[in-house]
Amino acid sequence: MSETELNLTLSKSTGLPRKRFYRARAHSNPLSDSHFPVPTSPSHVDYSLHYPHYFPSSGQINSSKKIQFADIGCGFGGLLISLSTLFPETLMIGMELRDKVTEYVKERILALRLANPGQYQNISVVRTNSMKYIPNYFEKGQLLKMFFLFPDPHFKEKNHRRRVISPHLLDEYAYVLGVGGIIYTITDVEELGEWMRACLENHPMFEALTEKELEADPVVKLLSSATEEGQKVARNGGLTFQAVYRRTTPS
Amino acid sequence: MEDTTTIEEGETNKDIEVAPALIAVHPTQKSVAVAVGSDLRIFDIEAGCAASLVDDLGGPFHRDSIRAIQYGAEGKLFVSAGDDKIVKMWSTKSWRCICTVCSEKRVTAVAISNDGLYVCFADKFGVVWVVDLVGFEGNQTLVNKKATQLLSHYCSIITSLEFSPDGQFIVSADRDNKIRVTIFPKSPLDGAHEIQSFCLGHTEFISCLAFVCARECLQSFLVSGSGDSTVRLWDISSGDLLDNCEVGIKAGLLESNGSTEQHDHAVTDICTIQDGVLLAVAIQSLQGIVLMSCNLSARTLSVAKVVSIAKETFIPTSLGTSPSSRLLWMVTGVSNLPGFDYLSFARVRVISGFDVEQEPAIIEDNKIPGGDTLLENLQGSAIIDEKIFLAAAEAVKTAMCNLLIKKQYPAEKREFRKKTRNDRKVKF
Repeated sequence: MSETELNLTLSKSTGLPRKRFYRARAHSNPLSDSHFPVPTSPSHVDYSLHYPHYFPSSGQINSSKKIQFADIGCGFGGLLISLSTLFPETLMIGMELRDKVTEYVKERILALRLANPGQYQNISVVRTNSMKYIPNYFEKGQLLKMFFLFPDPHFKEKNHRRRVISPHLLDEYAYVLGVGGIIYTITDVEELGEWMRACLENHPMFEALTEKELEADPVVKLLSSATEEGQKVARNGGLTFQAVYRRTTPS
Repeated sequence: MEDTTTIEEGETNKDIEVAPALIAVHPTQKSVAVAVGSDLRIFDIEAGCAASLVDDLGGPFHRDSIRAIQYGAEGKLFVSAGDDKIVKMWSTKSWRCICTVCSEKRVTAVAISNDGLYVCFADKFGVVWVVDLVGFEGNQTLVNKKATQLLSHYCSIITSLEFSPDGQFIVSADRDNKIRVTIFPKSPLDGAHEIQSFCLGHTEFISCLAFVCARECLQSFLVSGSGDSTVRLWDISSGDLLDNCEVGIKAGLLESNGSTEQHDHAVTDICTIQDGVLLAVAIQSLQGIVLMSCNLSARTLSVAKVVSIAKETFIPTSLGTSPSSRLLWMVTGVSNLPGFDYLSFARVRVISGFDVEQEPAIIEDNKIPGGDTLLENLQGSAIIDEKIFLAAAEAVKTAMCNLLIKKQYPAEKREFRKKTRNDRKVKF
């Protein structure tokens, strides 16, 4: 892509990428073989590529700082951007399977960093299949928060195994979440909302947050307001169903 | 375009049908089992004759290629399973089928818990299932047993399944370069949710797992073999990679600059010998085995010796040994070899002399325990043409590659496929 073409995709007034140039399919098959690069293990994740402000050179290993928030299926990145200023010292990553969407988020973050010097240095995005490669990115107990906002509902029973919240995948999420870490889920599909709640409820390593805790958590409010998908639901006056659970030690 | 894809898929399917021969040895070497295609052959060494299998369900025991056979640690139980989606558990005393369980998908690996109470099997969709034999006495037949889900690798073929020697963990390896170590729970029928670690480092599919533990050392370590021609040593409680041995290069098969074809020297099987500091490794295209020694205090792996098999084309497809004996059993063979009349054949060979003073060497056929009778029974036919073994080894290799290695499309083909996608038709 030449420079003039590249500039066309950015808005003249804000300098942010324009979504119309990143039109993507609404769905992607998580079961298909992936051909994008995947780090061999969490120690192979190149932090300098994602967070150049915190990791200036690729050779230097700053082991003190690790990614602590993961937005699984981050879509156009609305939540990441809201969280970035709310938790300016926490490294977070969005994981998205659709390559065009990932490109958009990448450009969006770069543009935000340019427009707001010193800000948005703690967020990044990666194109990957999180259902397959979560253990390649995060060590045991590394994460504090995981987000699953408006995931693909996969209505057919035949396709339930494509759902990003499932009893078996929760085992892996429990592995990468530290004890006390929180998993946030929200959807506008009632059936999926019930499914996600049931999966979390029946898992021996998760417990629901109390009403009080939910109210005290500033992140909960962002679930329905920060993402593009959430705003769309709100515009249409739709209902949302959320389930927020904490990782516990198994008895 | 349409036509080429269908032809490619057609070819792939035919190759996958080829299954390598498997061997398993009873823990005290009372019997030896060989599986070729749907054929299960057991030779009772103590009695000196073939064991006759009894199944109340009648008919052929398996209707499609057997992909996994395993003796229990105590030697009372034997399990066979494969492409016919049927798991059969046999009593090794009577060789009666005590239990038949149906799987939803083709079965790729089996493991029996050390106490013999649970049988686990893995399917092609990455799910590990468990069947409990709690309260089973050995004489009755269990009917209507159902398997329940234990754990799952997300949509990946599980290639190997092992229990740790202390019974604390169940280890599963897949074609996506991943080894998962899961705590084997007290009530496995509720699922195994607590992951101890992931052992990550291989750059190709993992083909086999084995445990090493010295007698004086309580801790055990995991060894894994892979399509990347390496054997690696792991600490399973942390998932740390302790050592990586490029066995393909060390054995002189691969040039270190990687000039030979990439997947030519996949490690296909690993077998721990005796007290567990010696490993026998089978590699594709290698006529013989590589002996590796494991230094548990220094936590290193090294190639000790390459035992080649002279005068015969013999590339082992599976290895077996019993903890009590000092023999390594090897089998080569294949089922449904395209272009040849032999439906399923196998060749069994044995290596002895793993003691320090001796040199490991191939035993002559008549010196093998059980002698010629054993060979006749396990091999299925007396003498087989040399050429077939080479063709068989090649067929097994292609089948393994097709099954476990991701299809790579050249850049221009990928571009073409993208261009023809409906959603990419850009209007200018």
